[in-house]
Amino acid sequence: MSKGKKILEIKDLKRDFIMGSETVHALRGISFDVDAGEFVTIMGSSGSGKTTLLNILGCLDKPSIGNYFLDGVDVKQLSRDELAMLRNHKIGFVFQSYNLLPRTTALENVELPLLYNKEIGSAERRERAVHALEAVKLADRFDHTPSQLSGGQQQRVAIARALVNEPVMILADEATGNLDSRTSYEIMALMQELNTTQGKTIVFVTHEPDIAMFSSRTIQLRDGMVQKDSRNENIRKAKEVLAGLPVTDDY
Amino acid sequence: MSLANLIRIALKALQRNKLRAFLTMLGIIIGVGSVIAMVAIGQGSKQSIHDQLSNMGTNMITVQPASNLNGGVRIAGTSFQTLTLKDIVALKASVKNISELSPAVTSRGQAINGALNWPTTMSGVSPEYLDIRKLSLRDGIAFTENDVRTSAKVCLIGQTVIDNIFPNGENPVGKVIRFGHIPFQIIGVLAAKGFNSFGQDQDDILIAPYTTVQKRILATIYYSNIYASAVDENSTQVAVAEITQTLRDSHRLRSFEDNDFNVRTQQELIATLSSTSGLLTVLLTVVAGISLVIGGIGIMNIMYVSVTERTKEIGLRMSIGARGKDILMQFLMEAVIISITGGIIGVLLGIISTQVVTLTLGWPTIVSESSVILSFAVCAVTGIFFGYYPAQKASRLDPIEALRYE
Repeated sequence: MSKGKKILEIKDLKRDFIMGSETVHALRGISFDVDAGEFVTIMGSSGSGKTTLLNILGCLDKPSIGNYFLDGVDVKQLSRDELAMLRNHKIGFVFQSYNLLPRTTALENVELPLLYNKEIGSAERRERAVHALEAVKLADRFDHTPSQLSGGQQQRVAIARALVNEPVMILADEATGNLDSRTSYEIMALMQELNTTQGKTIVFVTHEPDIAMFSSRTIQLRDGMVQKDSRNENIRKAKEVLAGLPVTDDY
Repeated sequence: MSLANLIRIALKALQRNKLRAFLTMLGIIIGVGSVIAMVAIGQGSKQSIHDQLSNMGTNMITVQPASNLNGGVRIAGTSFQTLTLKDIVALKASVKNISELSPAVTSRGQAINGALNWPTTMSGVSPEYLDIRKLSLRDGIAFTENDVRTSAKVCLIGQTVIDNIFPNGENPVGKVIRFGHIPFQIIGVLAAKGFNSFGQDQDDILIAPYTTVQKRILATIYYSNIYASAVDENSTQVAVAEITQTLRDSHRLRSFEDNDFNVRTQQELIATLSSTSGLLTVLLTVVAGISLVIGGIGIMNIMYVSVTERTKEIGLRMSIGARGKDILMQFLMEAVIISITGGIIGVLLGIISTQVVTLTLGWPTIVSESSVILSFAVCAVTGIFFGYYPAQKASRLDPIEALRYE
């Protein structure tokens, strides 16, 4: 994946919702590009259009007006089924509430996206799931079900699930929102590692300003518009922050 | 998604809720099991009625005196005396489709052997009667035309009578017993036939030449019945028509007058009883079928609950690339697995309970292949039919809303 290749292209994106007789303008014209290998955080307070943008970026929703190209594919032209296929091939979701299947082992949870990919047989599916779990350092937890894992471990299984289909972009939605600060830093350290060593493009939606410090670029939304789009020249290393935390902080 | 993966996912989902899956299945199990057991019992009783009647002789035709007007008063058929030797002669002369013919008179009375006695029935018949009724002798010989001509005091004895008046197991052949005041020599022993389908003991009988019973016991010239055998089963209807016409002529009935006799065949009896038990089979099957539908509704109910409960899972699956069709197939597969597994267990349970009924109650049963195949097919269809709407509901969920569902 060469640096500089455009993964996301958003041009004058608008999204309106019709609520009864009123039209709510959730997004009022957003434009930005994301290059391969970038680690972008999208920030904004409640009602800023963050969630709407995330749904569109994740190909769960389509814009009312404007264009969205994901890895060169015009999302607006696609049907419901084609969107599903696009999500399967090009996007890895990480959710705030992990969304793992209960009473299902970590390995099976990670295999899940590949079940919806016809080109991958069962042997390759198993191999890739094992590989993904090793990448998130859960090689010893294959057979554990979500209830046997801590929150941080569950989120790492979810990240492995997002990695397993080798997406062009990992889309994280408040991925540290349910975790304590130490575990949050652990997850961010993992994200940074995936970004720097494996060159994964990451789009991280959050409302926590200290999370944004770990990314290479921050896009601030306000009232459905881009308020600020800034490169972060001074990226903090989550590993270093983690090392600096006092041991007693870990309850 | 491949079928193997689909089945695997469905099985995994069902495993997560084993008890619930089983309870849902139970409706189908009971439904299918009862359909199979009910049909088996119905078919079995139908077959056994047919067998018993065949045993009595399927070609047999019975002529009975019928009720008739006598000066405006209707007289019961049995007390009305119309059948005489003249009829026998006429029938022998003009009916071509019967092979054998026997008049019959009956008399109730006590069979007496020394100090022992037993109330029984003496049938006065011709030697052909044994063939017509498919009776055979276990011991001794049958009486002959000569015995009929001479009104010989000889008789054949049934097992029940032997049991009661020869309780010590001595051979009754050659012994002389009394029936009423008349001594009869026993010349043969009838092979036991047991009870017929109406609960009559077919072995509680003495058989003697009809002339003997008519002249020496009843002092009558009338017959209580005429038995005949059609040449084969298919010519029974023709024989009935011939007999009817011959007897009308013989009784000089005018065209507007009703028959003063009834001609009955075993076919009529078989048809009547078969249709009764056939109706019973249909009713039992309908009841069982209703329980199958209730089982299906149970599946539908649980699938709806399951879809609501797993809204978040559906949202997740959609977000990682499941199409609406994949979700539809997943839930449909769960419903079909529940119904088909229930169907298989139900079939086995139905067969087992049928065997249990046969062994414990002694009811005849026939597990018909068609009922097994049919109820199994109905099961699969039930799963698809009742599973479709919940599955469709699941497949149409909006992934955004499903993911945020709490």
